[in-house]
Amino acid sequence: MDDLSDLYQEIILSHNKRPRNSDPLDPSTGQAEGFNPLCGDKLTVYVRNSENFLETVSCDTDGCAISRASGSIMTTMVANKEIIEVEKLIEDTKLLLTGEDEPEVDLIEHGDMAALIGVRKFPARIKCATLAWHALESALKGNNEATTE
Amino acid sequence: MKKASTLRDDFPILNQEVNGKPLIYLDNAATTQKPKVVIDRVSSFLSEENANIHRGVHHLSMNATKAYDQARSAVAKFINANSDNEIIFVRGATEAINLVANSFGKSLLEKGDEILVTEMEHHANIVPWQLVARETGAKVIPIAITDHGEIDLNDFESKINKRTKIASFIHVSNALGTINPAKRMIQILKAKDIPVLLDGAQAVAHQAVNVQDLGCDFYVFSSHKLFGPDGMGVLYGRNELLSKMSPYQGGGDMIEVVSFDGTTFREPPERFEAGTPNISGAIGLKEAIDYINDLGWDTIEKIESSLLKYCTEKLSSIPSLKIIGTAQKKVPVLSFTMGSAHPHDIATILDSKGIAVRAGHHCAQPLMKRLGVSATTRASLSFYNNVEEIDQLGEALEQVSKIFEN
Repeated sequence: MDDLSDLYQEIILSHNKRPRNSDPLDPSTGQAEGFNPLCGDKLTVYVRNSENFLETVSCDTDGCAISRASGSIMTTMVANKEIIEVEKLIEDTKLLLTGEDEPEVDLIEHGDMAALIGVRKFPARIKCATLAWHALESALKGNNEATTE
Repeated sequence: MKKASTLRDDFPILNQEVNGKPLIYLDNAATTQKPKVVIDRVSSFLSEENANIHRGVHHLSMNATKAYDQARSAVAKFINANSDNEIIFVRGATEAINLVANSFGKSLLEKGDEILVTEMEHHANIVPWQLVARETGAKVIPIAITDHGEIDLNDFESKINKRTKIASFIHVSNALGTINPAKRMIQILKAKDIPVLLDGAQAVAHQAVNVQDLGCDFYVFSSHKLFGPDGMGVLYGRNELLSKMSPYQGGGDMIEVVSFDGTTFREPPERFEAGTPNISGAIGLKEAIDYINDLGWDTIEKIESSLLKYCTEKLSSIPSLKIIGTAQKKVPVLSFTMGSAHPHDIATILDSKGIAVRAGHHCAQPLMKRLGVSATTRASLSFYNNVEEIDQLGEALEQVSKIFEN
């Protein structure tokens, strides 16, 4: 596969077309907006969590396929998990997408996010893939905004 | 007259591969490429002629001063200013608008006054006025545009009233390619003694500009969108207004006498050029203007209008594609959307084919909101582009359609 088909894999296109968990959560315990001022991608991540447990997450994205897919995949990976596990997933994902060394992809650990690894070859698009994850981090910390700048 | 097919060879950067494909540069509204004569001229100035201007009595300084002054004359002639003194060298169109907003707008505007702009402005012609409005209590009033991306002239006339103190609008839209009926609008504004600034950033590379015929009070543009160096721009102002305006920045070169009891300032243009200016930029800009003059507007307009027609037809033949901006009079700038394919994804796919386009809001967020889109993809052409490149663009867009199953 060339770099382009690596980037736009079926799984990405499917999440782009039908993002999972994209409706606002009601009730929610927190939410944060992610905004990339450079390209205009905008999304809102909603969380319902207790101190230690993240019950459910949704992500509503107005943006490119990469940002939509990343947000959608994220919602399927982090729900029903201990906060400490979620925090580790956030760190692992950032490393997967932006770490200096070529990551070893663990399909079980990274799940569908592994499909986004193709973005590493497109430096201009990495921020599209990390935006939802930054917003999730903000929502859990009680901040209302995350930007890629 | 040069042949269109050899013009491309004048631009060294075009002769390269990107992602294993020949570069197809369709981002000319963001910045134009530089002909070799401009690159060589800047290089020869820096390697053989560099010196500061207006201060040394030595050989190099005198020659550099002369070259800088010649650049000013070339610009004056290029846009048909009445005198060289009406040409102020600045960093770019943005700085020129900020200069006018501050040195002209601030002293003119009072609480409740209105600054007229349009819905299709670049942020550079919105934000400086908002900043001045915040200080003075004036308001920025946008003129509506039609769904085709043309100024609604009825709305324009209805928004002019006795509180309208200045109008500032875009000559050619960067996002839509629309050529606005500037002369007609200026006539209406001038009949009511309203000063007018015209933002010519996107106009100067596509058509002859005659500021006296247009009748505007201020005209601004950037060198880098006119095949010249970046960090260089032009403010044209009618002498009558410039001579009454206060300095924008203070420093060397713009003063007559400095003392702690008070300082007096030089006449325009020096009054508005504090500090050492972009000397090599001015000299490069002159070379770009000479290049365009050699080529001739007839040739440029002929090539560009046929490219615009061809590209419009090519893009219109793609079922899912919608051209945004369908004004009667346009420069070869084509903004479009494609069903569920987001502009950033389109731009990435095109880039993988060596095709450079812009995706996003084009520094015109109010315009995007008005048109009901969050972003567009924009192919902006210049005379060095050709139909084969447009064919490649069409093929790549067909692939976009396929990937996103439009």
